[in-house]
Amino acid sequence: MTTVASVSEETESSPYALSHLDALESEAVHIFREVAGEFERPVILFSGGKDSIVMLHLALKAFAPAAVPFTLLHVDTGHNFPEVLEYRDRTVERHGLRLHVASVQDYIDRGVLRERPDGTRNPLQTLPLTEKIQSERFDAVFGGGRRDEEKARAKERVFSLRDEFSQWDPRRQRPELWNLYNGRHAPGEHVRVFPLSNWTELDVWQYIAREGIELPDIYFAHEREVFQRSNMWLTAGEWGGPKDGETVEKRLVRYRTVGDMSCTGAVDSDATTLEQVITEIAASRLTERGATRADDKMSEAAMEDRKREGYF
Amino acid sequence: MTSTTEPAEPLSVEQLTATTLLRFATAGSVDDGKSTLVGRLLHDSKSILTDQLEAVEHASRNRGQDTPDLALLTDGLRAEREQGITIDVAYRYFATARRRFILADTPGHVQYTRNMVTGASTADLAVVLVDARNGVIEQTRRHAAVAALLRVPHVVLAVNKMDLVEYKESVFAAIAEEFTAYASELGVPEITAIPISALAGDNVVDASANMDWYGGPTVLEHLETVPVSHDLAHCHARLPVQYVIRPQTAEHPDYRGYAGQIAAGSFRVGESVTVLPSGRTTKVAGIDLLGKPVDIAWTPQSVTLLLEDNIDVSRGDLLVPSKDAPPTTQDVEATVCHVADEPLTVGHRVLLKHGTRTVKAIVKDIPSRLTLDDLSLHPHPGRLIANDIGRVKIRTAEPLPLDSYADSRRTGAFILIDPADGTTLTAGMVGESFAAPQPVKDESDDDGWDF
Repeated sequence: MTTVASVSEETESSPYALSHLDALESEAVHIFREVAGEFERPVILFSGGKDSIVMLHLALKAFAPAAVPFTLLHVDTGHNFPEVLEYRDRTVERHGLRLHVASVQDYIDRGVLRERPDGTRNPLQTLPLTEKIQSERFDAVFGGGRRDEEKARAKERVFSLRDEFSQWDPRRQRPELWNLYNGRHAPGEHVRVFPLSNWTELDVWQYIAREGIELPDIYFAHEREVFQRSNMWLTAGEWGGPKDGETVEKRLVRYRTVGDMSCTGAVDSDATTLEQVITEIAASRLTERGATRADDKMSEAAMEDRKREGYF
Repeated sequence: MTSTTEPAEPLSVEQLTATTLLRFATAGSVDDGKSTLVGRLLHDSKSILTDQLEAVEHASRNRGQDTPDLALLTDGLRAEREQGITIDVAYRYFATARRRFILADTPGHVQYTRNMVTGASTADLAVVLVDARNGVIEQTRRHAAVAALLRVPHVVLAVNKMDLVEYKESVFAAIAEEFTAYASELGVPEITAIPISALAGDNVVDASANMDWYGGPTVLEHLETVPVSHDLAHCHARLPVQYVIRPQTAEHPDYRGYAGQIAAGSFRVGESVTVLPSGRTTKVAGIDLLGKPVDIAWTPQSVTLLLEDNIDVSRGDLLVPSKDAPPTTQDVEATVCHVADEPLTVGHRVLLKHGTRTVKAIVKDIPSRLTLDDLSLHPHPGRLIANDIGRVKIRTAEPLPLDSYADSRRTGAFILIDPADGTTLTAGMVGESFAAPQPVKDESDDDGWDF
């Protein structure tokens, strides 16, 4: 229990100065509660990746001791890491949550989407996601996006209005003033909400360490069969790798992000504890996306273009 | 002083988590070197990583530029890169051993005043850039006025391009004196002037060897040490109720908590509180800080308050200490910045969001519009267009507990929303005065201006 006896003058060592993690946590909780107060059918995008895991943790704290008043939605590319799917299902079960799944494989099987020659399914997620938002009539969709990830995301609002086609128009964004978030939307439109907007990769890891949050094992160093493509270590698997001329080898690696296996690379690492991971990231000279995401390298505005189409 | 950006060894988890957070905004005219300053802060604090720099180098080469254009780091949208200008506020993140920073990088163009307002609304500090060769110009005054209007607690005047005036103390001193006099008159509480060269790196992160006459902090040292905590003793405590938490489970059959982020001041267990606008009074029975009971909580913590009596409290209500309740009113007078393309007119029916409460409202009068260039007032303009700053009178459908923006940047602020399409129209600051403790006299107008 925190007990502070007196209110002191404003000083650098004031007991009333929040640590940066407390300030970020408080802001994110405020955002979750605003959405709970103003929307009818919110949903949290939950991939089993560290950002969505932190989002869920914050939501659990925001409404404790009551249950989280949101359901979860996973866009399943069909190329998931098994450890992550297992984590996802276990988490849903443990907290008594409801999980919606939008499946890319279903769309491919039905002939609505076509497999790309490079086997990457990340861009194929947009249609299942946006159709699920429409069919379930979700009006607020929480995403774990952070502004430090990418320069187009640096321009993203915390509350980001999407039209009935889920499109983002960066030139028609609402100014966001103080903490007065504007969630007004017409029927058919929805709002993407990013409670971790002001967090960096390091903040996320420090928060995971402070709160003792459990993560899927692939975030820590482990031996794995990988092969090299476009300067990244990709996991061999049924999704279509390796191809001719690509050779599999066993390496000590870990993942900095979790996404579709076809475009999410592992990094060489011997960090097996949270502290080692934090030390490694603090010293890294590469951004998380630069190190591990092939799809962002496609063009200078790859992220902006995908976001315009409805990607989160 | 030594630079704090290159720790000899990696910091421990404890060292990294103990740091505080400073939110600041930059403002500067087009060619004052703002991008260079931002680029240097990011670069010298090792916040630009290899792949980002490579992307910038690659894009710069594609444009036929010899050297990497650091502005490409911050101009993230296609339209911005195509036009070579910054359209929208971008948020940047960097850290030193002492502190983490959120930088609202705001465009300098006159027509983007609304973006500086957006960036400054959450800022603890604003950096106003001036070109040492040009001194204080209209745009500098405009930025000072917006910082004063938004009541940003700390303002840094960065006198840039000192290398182009032979690092002369006299040049810096004259600009610092003129700006300080002007900004103080507007009511800016704290001004720190720093002579820099963003291009050469003088006094940005490392102390300059070219200006030994300057004994103050570098820009980064100042950012690292400026106080960000709040003087709670002189704050009115305010909690806008966001959400009522009622588990209704076997374990918590009677739990009824009022969740919200404390907007100002502090709350204690046992304190008498009043619910506004109803006016009912009770006591704080308990405070939950995200699942953990505490005796006291303060801004900006997100908490859940438990009350002794089972009285009617819902989202939109404001909890305040009974001995320090703000007046409630349906007639709002405020200074506003219009942020939408569609004009704001007398008779406009709008929604007003204040704290967690959204009410119907009508614009009754627009008594004046401010010309930022010379701070003169244009009486009864009839309407405000995008980027205009003016005075408005608004009638609300329900009474609101309003603080003056001068007393509380959170509970004295509101936004106006278009009920038809949800557009955010206007940023509002409640109260009589602009910022100045005394009326500021305009040379050409004996009436002065009553912002």
